[in-house]
Amino acid sequence: MSRFLADARLVAAKDLRIEARSRVVLNQVAPFALLVLVLFGFALDADQRTLRAFAPGLFWVAVLLCALLAIQRSVSVEQADGALTGLRLSGMSPAALFIGKASAVFVQLVVLEVLLTAGIIVLYGSEVDQPLLVVATGLLAAVAVACTGTLYGALASGLGVRETLLPILLLPVLAPVLIGATRAFDDALGSAAVDGWAWLVLLAVFAVVATAGGALAYGALVEE
Amino acid sequence: MTETMVTTGTTTGSGGSRVLGAVTLLGLATLLLFAFGLTEPDVRLHPTTGEEIGQFDAVRLLYLHVPLAVFTYVAFVLCAVASAGYLVRRTPWFDTMAHASAEVGTVFCGLVLVTGSIWGRPVWNTWWEWGDVRLMTTLVLFLMFTGYLALRRATVDPRAAALRGAVVALVAVLDLPLVNRSVEWWENRTLHQKSTLGELKIQDLTLFTLMLGFLVFGLVLAWLLLHRFRVGWLEREDAEHGVATAIAERRAAIDGGDVDAAVGEDA
Repeated sequence: MSRFLADARLVAAKDLRIEARSRVVLNQVAPFALLVLVLFGFALDADQRTLRAFAPGLFWVAVLLCALLAIQRSVSVEQADGALTGLRLSGMSPAALFIGKASAVFVQLVVLEVLLTAGIIVLYGSEVDQPLLVVATGLLAAVAVACTGTLYGALASGLGVRETLLPILLLPVLAPVLIGATRAFDDALGSAAVDGWAWLVLLAVFAVVATAGGALAYGALVEE
Repeated sequence: MTETMVTTGTTTGSGGSRVLGAVTLLGLATLLLFAFGLTEPDVRLHPTTGEEIGQFDAVRLLYLHVPLAVFTYVAFVLCAVASAGYLVRRTPWFDTMAHASAEVGTVFCGLVLVTGSIWGRPVWNTWWEWGDVRLMTTLVLFLMFTGYLALRRATVDPRAAALRGAVVALVAVLDLPLVNRSVEWWENRTLHQKSTLGELKIQDLTLFTLMLGFLVFGLVLAWLLLHRFRVGWLEREDAEHGVATAIAERRAAIDGGDVDAAVGEDA
């Protein structure tokens, strides 16, 4: 088990080191995240009340769009120079590889979520009523998206049409996450009277299934 | 079944499937006659005002919509079972079956959405109802399997396509209950009256037509599946045959001393 975790940490650290040196997510995806918030503003009228009412949904759509880019990036770093073959030959278990890759995406997603939260507070005038619920939703949804995304990234990897295929494969599967996280944020930001904590259960179930299922299926996919 | 396909090679028809096809087409024609001609429109009188209420002619679409919906789910369950079978056994039969049922299921699913939408316009007074659980679940299912078919089409290596397809199909089926739950909680209401059929004046003819619908669409599914399976099998054979021929040609070239041709270069 400790070997498993050490392997996973190695892979995650590798991906994060690549990110720290290339700054693709920081220099390209993060500004894109803010851009999406601005575009929603243009599209939905300059009225801040409208934006505040829809802020939870807009926030999570923005997260999903950014997640697509982060996952594409996570796949593409393994495509160059046969890096994935190297990883396979390293003898680590595919599940550890999966957890490592997903953890790196998770960390990047959490950073993007923090940035987007600041964005909706500043740009849309949202107020955080329940900080704990925001944090819990953000973490659970990030686990769900990172794990599902890493699995689907592997499914679409090595294909010439990966960039166009990944969204159509991944986004429908993430529909429950979008709905659950949005409703939880509705409660946390006070934009609708719902029980956000109940939605966390759904997110937690999704996150657990995605982690376990992804770790199981990833091995079959990278060994093909 | 496989022997027929290998030996005939150029057609997906066989004696049995031609009979099945003829029966299916005849059944479809009979169903359309009953659904759009012989059955009565759904007209009831309001108990107090005496107004004419009901689904009127729109009810006729249900004879197609309900069986299509049921067999959509049958096809997708078949696909999931075959996908699981592929992951365990790794034989082309399971893979071809999964691909065939996913494709036919997606067509059925599209038809369910279209017929439902056309029916909903007069009865629910809307083409699309966002708060309806089954509607949203079916749409998400349709999108997932559109992605599945796109993935299979984009993957050149047949073994990779089979493996990736199997994973996507199983994820889709696992995800479905979560989609369903989330939509249900999302808008805690549903227009899909479970009792819609029960409310109708269930005359013998109505019930008969509905049952005929189930029978006919079951046949349609079986017929399409059979041929789609055989097309998939022939495709696979063709690809294997192509590779085998290429290898044989290269071997022959080497034996003949023509090394340039054997390595694929012009002499």
